[in-house]
Amino acid sequence: MPVFDQQETRKPPVSQIGAVVWLKTNLFSSWINSILTFASLYLLYIMIPPLLNWMIFDASFSFGTVNFFGFEIKFSEEMATNDNCGRVGACWPYIYEKLYMYTYGFYPRTETWRPNTVFVLTGLLFVIIPLVKNYKYKNRVTLSLIIFYPLISYVLIAGGFGILAPVPTDQWGGLLLTLIIASVGIIVSFPIGVLLALGRQSNLRIIKLFSTLFIEFIRAVPLITILFMASFVLPLFLESGNYFDKLLRALIGIALFQAAYFAEVVRGGLQAIPRGQYEAADAIGLSYFQKNVLIILPQALKISIPNIVGSSISLFKDTTLVLIIGLFDMLAMVNLTSNDPYWLGREPEGFVFVTMVMWAILYTMSRYSRKLELRFNTENKN
Amino acid sequence: MSDKKTNIIEISELNKWYGDFHALKNINLEIQEGEIIVVCGPSGSGKSTLIRCVNFLEKFQEGSILVSGTELTDDAQKIRKIRSEVSMVFQHFNLFPHLTILDNLTLAPIWVHNETKEESREKALKLLDRVGIKDQAEKYPNQLSGGQQQRVAIARSLCTNPKIMLFDEPTSALDPEMISEVLDVMIELAREGITMICVTHEMGFARKVANRIIFMDDGQIVEENDPENFFNNAESDRLQLFLDQILTH
Repeated sequence: MPVFDQQETRKPPVSQIGAVVWLKTNLFSSWINSILTFASLYLLYIMIPPLLNWMIFDASFSFGTVNFFGFEIKFSEEMATNDNCGRVGACWPYIYEKLYMYTYGFYPRTETWRPNTVFVLTGLLFVIIPLVKNYKYKNRVTLSLIIFYPLISYVLIAGGFGILAPVPTDQWGGLLLTLIIASVGIIVSFPIGVLLALGRQSNLRIIKLFSTLFIEFIRAVPLITILFMASFVLPLFLESGNYFDKLLRALIGIALFQAAYFAEVVRGGLQAIPRGQYEAADAIGLSYFQKNVLIILPQALKISIPNIVGSSISLFKDTTLVLIIGLFDMLAMVNLTSNDPYWLGREPEGFVFVTMVMWAILYTMSRYSRKLELRFNTENKN
Repeated sequence: MSDKKTNIIEISELNKWYGDFHALKNINLEIQEGEIIVVCGPSGSGKSTLIRCVNFLEKFQEGSILVSGTELTDDAQKIRKIRSEVSMVFQHFNLFPHLTILDNLTLAPIWVHNETKEESREKALKLLDRVGIKDQAEKYPNQLSGGQQQRVAIARSLCTNPKIMLFDEPTSALDPEMISEVLDVMIELAREGITMICVTHEMGFARKVANRIIFMDDGQIVEENDPENFFNNAESDRLQLFLDQILTH
């Protein structure tokens, strides 16, 4: 009978690793892939250099003297005007000049500290929440944040209540408005979506029917229609002059729209939970409410994180549609500011700028979702 | 009733259909406090369905089930009361993968029986110690082997101090070398006097601890006997065939 020696472990052969092998397996594995690789390289070659020329090498950075947190940074003697900016490259001084509009819209310039405080508070949220993760009273901290953060933000931005000068919603605009619509839309619609998803799975016929009808109706209608309805049709039914704020109407429309999409995303998660989990929860005597809150939803939502974030990202992009009902979000500012006689025809700079800001925000969102996924992944923890 | 002991479960004239399929046919069964019942039979014979009716995981259309004097009806309150006295161990463990082992155990005591975190934690650790996995308390279910997970599941169902334990093929999903560690725990439980109904193919276990063995086929109880007579003097041909099939190797 042969007895086998313990084999040594060793590194893989050199021919299997390294840059050349990587290129061969990923870019030139077949002749079709090779053609695609060359075609892509050619496309990049004809697109990237002109873009870089326009954005950077031929562009004007004559901002004049910029005050950056108290530091005077001198870019040029004078700030460029639309005329001496040139037409070959981008005119970034236009963006600099209109940065306020892009960020706050028509928000009174004397009150800028209020939205700024909200921006800082929002940033702090993302710092505080991971910090209190292991704190004994983390539930209380989270709960008070959930209650007070929106309240404080609202008072700061809208004013009133005899504390701050009121700023009516038609003066809100730019990135501030985009962020408000997107975050309120997402945060308000999420619980509604979860309830609708549970409703659609419910054994109670009426609740199931209502949820299904609501979801299917909303999903069959484009967001733009809902915005039009909320903005122009709804006031027809309400006493004239008595209808509520235009932004509020748009927000309600968006929240209901997004709730239907969240409901379907969460339903997908619910269906992925094995029946045994429901049975085990039933068997130990949990009530319907406890079963869903303690057992089913934590697992279903965790599975749904990528789709929840994906759906949120689409909503964020869809908020640009509010332009149609006369709300001036960041994208609407492009047309508005380049209609300024002084800066005529500067749309390309505006669109590129808005694209970059949007990309930065949405890419951060999708990275954050990846982080959440990894954090909640207890299934495959080793 | 000839016996002085009280019946803890009384099943009479139980009939259940899945659509048109007659899954349980006229089941009559009385189980006394502290009895160990083993239910066996070929797959699809209705064994699991029967014990799942006892804690109302399955609805039935005809007949009645009384669990410690309470009749099973659609009333959610009654069902929850019965479920707090009857606990169940599943074939696929059904531990909650998003909670640690300890949280799996303390969930029902805290939320259903209103115990404090501290006392439920203490009890959970004792139970984990008893099934031999106290040192895994802070881990997640998927970090444990199948046998360990099933022992956690048993500990979880003991955490609510049930009067009756239902076992639905607790060893069928386990690797062969893990079966005995689960059976050992079950044997120990059986000796402590808790009422048990086990659906299982572990005939060694049945022989060792069962008071009665029930053989089901085609949705009905075919034969019922004490272990000695069940294995040696099978009356029906169907049981004899079944025994021949499972005992020959």
